[in-house]
Amino acid sequence: MNTLPKKERMKIPRQPMPEQPPLERNANFEEVNLGFTEELAMLEANRCLQCPKPVCQEGCPVGVQIREFIGLVSDGKFGEAAAKIKETNVLPAVCGRVCPQETQCEAKCVVGVKGESVAIGRLERFVADWERDNLGLKPFIPLEKKGKKVAIVGSGPAGLSCAGDLIMRGYDVTVFEALHELGGVLIYGIPEFRLPKEIVAAEVEALRKAGVDFQTNAVIGFTDTVDELFQQGFEAVFISVGAGLPYFMNIPGEHLNGVYSANEFLTRVNLMKAYDFPNYSTPVMDVRGKNVAVFGGGNTAMDGVRTAKRLGAERAMVIYRRSQEEMPARKEEFHHAVEEGVEFHYLTLPLEFVGDENGWLTGVKLQKTELGEPDASGRRKPIPIEGSEYIQEISMAIVAIGNGSNPIIKQTTPDIETTKRGTIKVDELNMRTSKKGVFAGGDIVTGGATVILAMGAGRTASQAIDEYLQNPEIW
Amino acid sequence: MYKIISAEFLAQDIKRFVISAPKIAAKRKAGQFVILRINSHGERIPITISDSSTEDGTITIIVQGVGKSTKEINLLESGDSFQDVVGPLGKPSHLTNFGRAVVIGGGLGTAIAYPIAKELSNLGNYTIGISGARNKDLVILEKELSSFCNELHIMTDDGTYGEKGFVTAKLKELIDSPTPPDFVLAIGPIPMMRAVAELTRPNKIHTVVSLNPVMVDGTGMCGGCRAVVDNKTVFVCVDGPEFDAHLVDFDILTRRNKTYNTQEKEALHQHTCKTEQAIKQLSHQEIESNLASGGTV
Repeated sequence: MNTLPKKERMKIPRQPMPEQPPLERNANFEEVNLGFTEELAMLEANRCLQCPKPVCQEGCPVGVQIREFIGLVSDGKFGEAAAKIKETNVLPAVCGRVCPQETQCEAKCVVGVKGESVAIGRLERFVADWERDNLGLKPFIPLEKKGKKVAIVGSGPAGLSCAGDLIMRGYDVTVFEALHELGGVLIYGIPEFRLPKEIVAAEVEALRKAGVDFQTNAVIGFTDTVDELFQQGFEAVFISVGAGLPYFMNIPGEHLNGVYSANEFLTRVNLMKAYDFPNYSTPVMDVRGKNVAVFGGGNTAMDGVRTAKRLGAERAMVIYRRSQEEMPARKEEFHHAVEEGVEFHYLTLPLEFVGDENGWLTGVKLQKTELGEPDASGRRKPIPIEGSEYIQEISMAIVAIGNGSNPIIKQTTPDIETTKRGTIKVDELNMRTSKKGVFAGGDIVTGGATVILAMGAGRTASQAIDEYLQNPEIW
Repeated sequence: MYKIISAEFLAQDIKRFVISAPKIAAKRKAGQFVILRINSHGERIPITISDSSTEDGTITIIVQGVGKSTKEINLLESGDSFQDVVGPLGKPSHLTNFGRAVVIGGGLGTAIAYPIAKELSNLGNYTIGISGARNKDLVILEKELSSFCNELHIMTDDGTYGEKGFVTAKLKELIDSPTPPDFVLAIGPIPMMRAVAELTRPNKIHTVVSLNPVMVDGTGMCGGCRAVVDNKTVFVCVDGPEFDAHLVDFDILTRRNKTYNTQEKEALHQHTCKTEQAIKQLSHQEIESNLASGGTV
């Protein structure tokens, strides 16, 4: 146990994450963050005050036992720390990399009140990586089999977290995935340089070893309907198909060649590996030496713009209609983007895409805005400034303003109630839908959100599914 | 893995594959498609399901080798496998007994139109097939179509088979006849579908086309396949692939389908070079093994 007095602990500065130099990494797809060494990890862990009431844990949607695992790290018991995290989080190596810790656990950290909070995310990542590198894949050890089958639709963060929890509880779990690879947005959306695909593959493999059955190329609704899953003997179904259907801005010129949704651009590059074309057969537009503009201010926009930079864009710009303050992206992604040479154009609104006679994008007509009163989202509303219009030359546009809901489940299972936006209606306490035995969680319920919120939903659903299957009368 | 049960060329560069995929076979309806991937480096290619057999658990697809990926696919033989086949995707055709139904297939479009024509015939339509090809060698599925079509007209651009002329010439005849069609389905190159739409527009004959934009996931997630129909954006993979021909913006469709022309050319060039090299190497090996076994070159 850490014997350093509190005062001494408070003196240790927050340890920075070792990373690839910005001007080197903006030309490759290798991971930006290199991870803590054992020494750095123990030093950082010593900053934790081991509060009697660990409020940090309240900030975690899956309730990771933060104080306990950090205590084990400071004692150098990394394997035990990993086991501690895995009691509540099946994807620690992923969460350590992509969670917005600064608004969750780290926002609650007591050390952070006066100074900088303990780097909980970096420690989580270190522990998960250490375990994988030193102990290999440690499979979860499920409880005694209950002999009941649960189907999970979609292998993104919500689905994987629910699958992990249910296999631990002794259920037979089958995960159906529409694409040819497992991981959902972790594979097609989040780029390699932020979350290496082998990390996702390793976490999926650990679940497979624990007994989860994964079926790729299965589009539930088409390949099998939800009702057919019940006929096949599944007793509960968890729908975690993600958001799908990218929004466009509905401005003129959006059909010009060179205008992409962020989903398409990122899927081509990440899932289909278009950065290695023609070795991989899927192409993406060549942006070497050209200007690329990304519209939006979230994590997907940051992923898109940093990917464009790595593909050789001369200028990679984020066009955002509000100011830096309202930008929803994770701070780390924003700082990394700035370091890598990404330009940020705030208070700027796209009006129209312009193209040449062959239908190729050549520019975007923009207008400056100023901020007015807060709108429904609580953020100050951008108001266009008359007469401030100008044309910015670009060859590629990436629209990253969010996603609507995928219609396939809705169309094929009409007795699952949806909202006007097409998201699935659930009781938030137990993730039950309007159809008996069917639960839902993740972006298909909330609309576009974060990996960890989706994982939290998967966890809540797994508990509710367990209760329901133990006693189906409670529905 | 999805095993190829049989593979045969129907015409130059046009190959028919029967693939083992019991789940898809059991589910698929006319007008739906699959997305397939040849191997771990392959593209996701959308291809309409031509036929299926629930008994054998197979689906039939017909592929025209035009780009690198389709040419690679057409190198596969019976016994080989596709890495991934997913489906059935898209909305099935909305078919009923229209009365007189004309089904037009241009080039490979005939393969896509075939299952729909069959279904129209099953539903009791007086079914007229018009199949167009550049020349005699490229005429496909004539026997299959004639087995259920009430009339079948083969049109070739050069007149080497059937009648000389475009499919639209035959359609015009039918429209001007005393018994004009009640329903027209046209599948083929965009200029052909557009020409058909313009022919049937004045008389407001219900006309449907099947669109073939560039796709990636095929489930509505990427939006790459978006088209404009009735001045609204649609995602062909989940809203289609079939649409009212009189409402489709063919200009946008044509342009968007050219997005990757440069890259496709590059990939095809590389593919051709590799294939040629492989053939050279192969023949070199053959010569050597011939020599080794005491033969002469």
